[in-house]
Amino acid sequence: MTYIDTTIATLREKHPHAIEQVLSFRGETTLVVAAAALLHICQLLRNDPALYYSFLVDLAAVDYHPQQPRFGVSYLLHARKNNARLRLRVLLPGHKPRLASVSAVWPAAEWPEREAFDLMGIEFTGHPDLRRILMPADWEGHPLRKDYALGYEEVQFSFNWREIDRRKDYAQE
Amino acid sequence: MGAEQKLGNLGIVTTTLEMVVNWGRTGAMWPMLFGLACCAIEMIATQAASYDVSRFGMELMRASPRQSDLMIVAGRVSRKMAPVLRRLYDQMPEPKWVLAMGDCASCSGVFNNYALVQGVDEIVPVDVYVAGCPPRPEALIDGIIKLHEKVRDESITDWA
Repeated sequence: MTYIDTTIATLREKHPHAIEQVLSFRGETTLVVAAAALLHICQLLRNDPALYYSFLVDLAAVDYHPQQPRFGVSYLLHARKNNARLRLRVLLPGHKPRLASVSAVWPAAEWPEREAFDLMGIEFTGHPDLRRILMPADWEGHPLRKDYALGYEEVQFSFNWREIDRRKDYAQE
Repeated sequence: MGAEQKLGNLGIVTTTLEMVVNWGRTGAMWPMLFGLACCAIEMIATQAASYDVSRFGMELMRASPRQSDLMIVAGRVSRKMAPVLRRLYDQMPEPKWVLAMGDCASCSGVFNNYALVQGVDEIVPVDVYVAGCPPRPEALIDGIIKLHEKVRDESITDWA
């Protein structure tokens, strides 16, 4: 029984309905976790002395638009003592995606959660300082969403240069 | 002994105020010390020994906008950086010029997206655009010489 199997068995025992799916690809294991149970699972993974996933490598949000559920949030964990890696994935609906913050479990989650909030618009409840991290504070929208406009200016070619140039307002002194 | 005796008879030079002032402005046009992206590497190379832009009286990159005459926008400007760039421009004393170095500063180059200003002429008035991605130091020096030509042709009525 590998370390990952032990982890899954422990999680199933403590939280029987939390794990929705176990995916395995090329020796990497992904657990699809119910959003409501995420915080409990993370606390167990971090604090249980037998598991001890002490290191949150990364946290990233994915937009699966137009699939439903639309958003996914991935947590990449590393148990340094046993050199085991585990990925948690939470799927969220497209309208007002909301998820519990794990920054109290791993303080390293604070900035990646701000990034996911800034670029994808996922709200992390219980985050100590949830504001934009990359975009300007007065920015509207979440630019990494698939339905966000790519650019804001038409591309100028030789055939439409003059027309666009006329519309463009140049800066003044 | 006065300077006249020491230097000999200097004679009289006649010129116009326009020419003297413009000659002075082109002869010591100090750029501001800041780079935004990969174009800055070429700007540094322009400043360094092989290309040596101090031949044109630009050996000093001023680290303060209050002491600089020329803003070389070397690289792409993100929309978060745009207000900072405009503030730097506003802090420069008159007369001041802006050189958009490279495709990104001129028109955002290959990046047509939400994050970047589509050409720095949206936020500051640009005098010279230099094409290239990034432009070689020769191209930048060419742009600087073009700017010098422009300044040399300015008439007294433009100064106000």
